[in-house]
Amino acid sequence: MKSRSRVPFFAAIALLIIAGISIATWRHIEIGIPWLTGEQQPVWMVEARIDFEASGEPLLASLNIPEQSPGFRILSEQAASPGFGFSIVDQDGTRRAEWTKRDVSGEQTLYFKTQFIPDPGANPDRPHRAPKPMAVFWEEPQATAVREVLQQAEERSSTPESMTRELIRLMQPKDTQAQNTTLLVSGTNYLDLLVRMLNHAGISARTADGLILEDARRRQPLSPYLQIYDGEEWLTFDPETGEQGLPEDVLLWRQGADSLLDVTGGGASNVSFSMLRQTIPAIQLAAMQAEDNGLGFLSLYQLPVEEQSMFRMLLLLPLGALMVAFMRIVIGIRTSGTFMPVLIAVAFVQTTLVPGLIAFTSVVAIGLLMRSYLSSLNLLLVSRISALIILVIFITAGLSIAGYHMGFNTGMTVTFFPMVIIAWTIERMSILWEEEGAHEVLVQGAGSLFVAICAFLVMDAPLSRHLTFNFPELHFAVLGLILLMGQYTGYKLSELRRFTPMKAYD
Amino acid sequence: MNWISPRALTRMGMLNMNRRNVDYISRYNDRTSYPLVDNKLKTKLAVAEYGVKTPKLLQVVRQQHEIPHFRTLAEDLYGFAIKPAKGSGGKGITVITGRDGDEFVKASGARVPASYLERHLSNILAGLYSLAGTPDVAIVEDLVQSVPGLARYSFQGVPDIRIIIFQGYPVMAMLRLATKASDGKANLHQGAVGVGLDIGSGQSLNSVQFNRPIMLHPDTGLALENINIADWEEMLTMASRCYEATGLGYMGVDLVVDVNEGPLLLELNARPGLAIQMANGRGLLPRLRAIESLKKHHFTPETRARHAMDIFASRH
Repeated sequence: MKSRSRVPFFAAIALLIIAGISIATWRHIEIGIPWLTGEQQPVWMVEARIDFEASGEPLLASLNIPEQSPGFRILSEQAASPGFGFSIVDQDGTRRAEWTKRDVSGEQTLYFKTQFIPDPGANPDRPHRAPKPMAVFWEEPQATAVREVLQQAEERSSTPESMTRELIRLMQPKDTQAQNTTLLVSGTNYLDLLVRMLNHAGISARTADGLILEDARRRQPLSPYLQIYDGEEWLTFDPETGEQGLPEDVLLWRQGADSLLDVTGGGASNVSFSMLRQTIPAIQLAAMQAEDNGLGFLSLYQLPVEEQSMFRMLLLLPLGALMVAFMRIVIGIRTSGTFMPVLIAVAFVQTTLVPGLIAFTSVVAIGLLMRSYLSSLNLLLVSRISALIILVIFITAGLSIAGYHMGFNTGMTVTFFPMVIIAWTIERMSILWEEEGAHEVLVQGAGSLFVAICAFLVMDAPLSRHLTFNFPELHFAVLGLILLMGQYTGYKLSELRRFTPMKAYD
Repeated sequence: MNWISPRALTRMGMLNMNRRNVDYISRYNDRTSYPLVDNKLKTKLAVAEYGVKTPKLLQVVRQQHEIPHFRTLAEDLYGFAIKPAKGSGGKGITVITGRDGDEFVKASGARVPASYLERHLSNILAGLYSLAGTPDVAIVEDLVQSVPGLARYSFQGVPDIRIIIFQGYPVMAMLRLATKASDGKANLHQGAVGVGLDIGSGQSLNSVQFNRPIMLHPDTGLALENINIADWEEMLTMASRCYEATGLGYMGVDLVVDVNEGPLLLELNARPGLAIQMANGRGLLPRLRAIESLKKHHFTPETRARHAMDIFASRH
């Protein structure tokens, strides 16, 4: 027989391990599933509060709400307004929250809450059609002043952005050539004026409202910003300083829409904002976002909750199998039945360790006593095992009832153990006892329990529960490791002890 | 705690469990041949064609309802052994050495009624001793009368000789002697004494019990250093023949020497243990590699045994 080359085998194993780890890393980066449990991520909770005086007529209150704010993603939205009809309306690319009521009078307060996640990568989609500058008409003497100011700004600039910056600088009162500026600024809204002038100069411009985020602030107003279209996207400027771009802590609440709030059937309306910096577990965040991410199909969070909890358990099994493989192949611990320890460990996960250990050893011990009677009955093997299964069920029921009456809830946990496996364990132990003596039973029993406890400790660690469920692809790596161990031809740790007498011949 | 460094073991060429399984058993032993060695009845038939003698088969009990026939047969028998066909490691073997009125005398001297043997047969049929708990058949064989020269070393039980056959070449051998601790069985892990045998001459080398070197048999008190196996080359040839009979590249052959019949094959083992290395005081790996690196294999069992005796002889 020829020995085949091991190279393809090791290449396949390397591929498995690398694939598992890289898919996990990719999902960690893309969806943001954290590596560790308990990782927190900041979230801004912004609450818009609308106060108005209803006049007793049918009421419609319409608030512009953000859709895509640069630097933020929306996690959740929620309106709190008992007694009002509520809906979110999408209209010409802007979204509005609308409250309606037939008959209402007096002071009213409406709330709209949104959770934002800071995400530097989030950018609004580009407009499908380039916006056209509005046609603007001026009356004298403003027309002349506008023309002169725009001419100055145009001379000192080359692009729409620099033009905007220059214009803002020229419009500041401290500027030396204040004459035209003063004329223009007096009696009009400064920001509207800027927008009109820019449109006049052939640059699409509009206003926007932003909210400066500071933890635990209440009753905050929005600050105005200027936006121009540079042919590709909307750029934001501070209308006072001419600074381009948006500070990190500013959330643009309104862009593009004409009005922030419209109230029909009421007056004295006002919007104010409160905000709170919250932290939520990163894993919860990832689960919420998985649905609308292309990588979400790999996530088990889309399954019904019942199946999810089953998979939580199932996905721990490979770790137990890995543990058993390691203990048997590399350490050389003898166990009774190859994977009996894993099944016992799974039961321990449900019962917790100490009650599980007590329950398991007492069931097996009582079972061994009864089995010694069975062996004197001279039964056929199948009926002996069947009888043993029934006896095991009796024992567990008895232990549960006795435990319950004595006030221990732990007695009840016995039911988590797989009955058939326990019956087989008892049978094997009993034969072992007859053939090899009590010592071997102790060695194998203790070995099985030791491996079961190790497997339990690995499976019960919060980190492994987290990783196995959230990164199921890591099981490729586990599979690779198990295959690799299948090729281990070195000495077991136990053999280093077993072969010790060979020292004499070395 | 006493430990030996893995480097020292590698230097001595000690074969370990994992390497035995991966590099030898799974590479050289074809799974389809396993039933041949795992079933003593099939082994008997297979090796008979190659002229390897086994203890005389007296009866095969295949079904529960055949058990009463056994009682009529047993009436005329003096000494016999009941074995499960698929048993391993000597499990489920009952040896009857004589009669005392209606009762049977076991090897240990205990007297048992016929009903005890019937229950034992029933257990064997149910698969109590078979490898995977599958239903089994019981075979009743003639009792082996060990040659006195060897039998006197053993406490009860029949001493047997384990020879490792690799690709048809005998590579290592040991004599196994039952002790009180092993309950008359010849299994080393149960406490039997293992005496390493020189492949070149059949002379004893070292002796171990429970993996520890000993000089005297713990029960019989006899010195173990000057045992000499008669007809050694014939036994090696016989063991080599089993390679042709089974096709297994790596196996353990268990032989006994009967006072009337000469060497007999007791059983074959497709997964022979590693303790033979301790009894010989040397590792298997250098010898296995010597066989693996042979340019041209010898075709007959006789030449293979001769070649092994030449290359593996201990130089005293």
